[in-house]
Amino acid sequence: MFEVFRTAVSSLWANKTRSMLTMLGIVIGVGAVIAMVAVGNGASKQMEGVISGMGVNMIMVRPGAPNMGGVRQGAGSGARLTLSDIRAIEEECWSIQDVAPTVNANSQVIFENRNWSTSVTGTTPGYFNVREYQAESGRLLDETDERSAAKVAVLGSTVAKELFGGADPVGRIMRVRNIPFEVVGVLASKGQSAMGPDQDDIVIVPITTAQRRLVRSSFADSVNMAFVQARDASMIESAMDEISALLRQRHRIGPDEDDDFQLGNMTDMINSLSQSTWVMTLLLGSVASISLLVGGIGIMNIMLVSVTERTREIGIRMAVGARAIDIRIQFLLEAMLLSLLGGIIGILLGYGASLGVASVLKWPTSVSGGAIAVAAGFSCFVGVFFGLYPAWKASRLRPIDALRFE
Amino acid sequence: MSEPIIEVRGLVKAYKSGDSELRALDGVSFSIDRGEFVAIMGPSGSGKSTTMNMLGCLDSPTEGVYMLNGRDVSGMGGDELAHVRNATLGFVFQGFNLLPRLNALDNVALPLVYAGVDSRERARRAQTALEKVGLASRTRHRPNQLSGGQQQRVAIARALVGEAPVILADEPTGNLDTKTSAEIMALLCEINEEGHTVVLVTHEPDISEYASRTLRFRDGRLVEDARRTKPKKSK
Repeated sequence: MFEVFRTAVSSLWANKTRSMLTMLGIVIGVGAVIAMVAVGNGASKQMEGVISGMGVNMIMVRPGAPNMGGVRQGAGSGARLTLSDIRAIEEECWSIQDVAPTVNANSQVIFENRNWSTSVTGTTPGYFNVREYQAESGRLLDETDERSAAKVAVLGSTVAKELFGGADPVGRIMRVRNIPFEVVGVLASKGQSAMGPDQDDIVIVPITTAQRRLVRSSFADSVNMAFVQARDASMIESAMDEISALLRQRHRIGPDEDDDFQLGNMTDMINSLSQSTWVMTLLLGSVASISLLVGGIGIMNIMLVSVTERTREIGIRMAVGARAIDIRIQFLLEAMLLSLLGGIIGILLGYGASLGVASVLKWPTSVSGGAIAVAAGFSCFVGVFFGLYPAWKASRLRPIDALRFE
Repeated sequence: MSEPIIEVRGLVKAYKSGDSELRALDGVSFSIDRGEFVAIMGPSGSGKSTTMNMLGCLDSPTEGVYMLNGRDVSGMGGDELAHVRNATLGFVFQGFNLLPRLNALDNVALPLVYAGVDSRERARRAQTALEKVGLASRTRHRPNQLSGGQQQRVAIARALVGEAPVILADEPTGNLDTKTSAEIMALLCEINEEGHTVVLVTHEPDISEYASRTLRFRDGRLVEDARRTKPKKSK
């Protein structure tokens, strides 16, 4: 067996350039699989990080039917979530810890000669707790601001930077829809993510102020959405049940009717998102697998050339007593050696490439052991699979024809 | 002379070309005893090379029986034939047929690889065989670093290394000059005297004079079987 191995190595070594070029196909294939899967994995890890950073044990309540298909009740058809619903949730649901209703208005904010379009969110002080925002400078909103519908605002770090440059915004007056707001605080950055909304591109004002001054809806009591924090992770389910029962009762929904609100929690969101990133990873991986396949075809091509070139050698070996299986093993081993060596280099290259992507593009990557194992196994399989035919062809030669071959 | 080591009866080799059938060998029978030195002669297309391929188990006959060393090899499969070639036959070709990437020692040891001999024993026996053909000092040379005569000596050493009883030489001097040819023939005579049966294909009459018996072929048939009482000897 060692002799066969030595023969294989020496014949590959004798055609260094060719062997290396052939290996390159596998190197690129394996490298691509590993790098692509690393990019996909990194994306999904990042996504999970972003989502769990939005708040823990969080439930989102939205007005409107949850049904996706068909034409259900549209906006303004009466499906509403009101501030009094939210107060009821806060008072009557036992499993929840905190509630933060929000009213959203996308608006331009202006300070002196600079402006910035952002999302202005009216909410209650509980919001900072539920969403895990902390003040970097100044203060957060409090009960007094809410009760008095004060014209005060807390800025996300992106808004602070865009509107005030390097200056400290606290104490300055900016305008939202021509209404002057005093900046009382700046939030600590949650970090810009590679995907998903920038959680720092936000202006937060008291909910009362937003409802009276910014939204001017005919339903002044409406909220766009509410964030509810369960007491702990195990209580998310019971909290959702309590909220659902309460809202159905308050909205007078009969037993056969559908909800006119939607409940969602972060776990569900993480699951659906990780499913979609998994699909992306799979897609990237399979595109990369195609190059591995092409590399395998390259191996087969070269092995066929090699069999033809070495017909005479095969004849000599057969004449001195090599059996068909000896010849087959020799060529198979050469093909496997090519693909395995290419696979090892490809793994290193793929690992390096994913580190490169991480540092140059600031895109998080995560090389998984599974991807390495799959790529190594697959490249070995490619070697066997694409080596089989040439090896079989070599072993099928008749000794006399092989010896006569010029 | 003892029992025949090679015996062929009614050997036919036919090639189909379109509708017509070409008979390269048309019913050839002869036997060769252990220890004989036989030359097979004839013009090109006479069937002498085809006969040699049959004797070498490199090609199988269309019809007929071939008994080699007491066994009927005409019905054997590929793997069995490979074993027969390995254990019973040693080949010397016109074009030497050495593996260019292997040195002389590894070329000589090649049959032992397929016989399953371990590497130390292989090296020892290959070294002995090379000493026998007078190339003890060239074991690490590759074929392209050796002269034609030296390459043919390596090939002869390879034929001898497995202690095969039959040596088949197909135009062994065809690529060599007269002086080197004489040396190679002397070596083959020596091998024959040590008990190996040597079968030689040639079209040169003075080469065939080394043999003790000549089989002459024409048009696929054996036309003459002559024994020579005093074969030519090298000095």
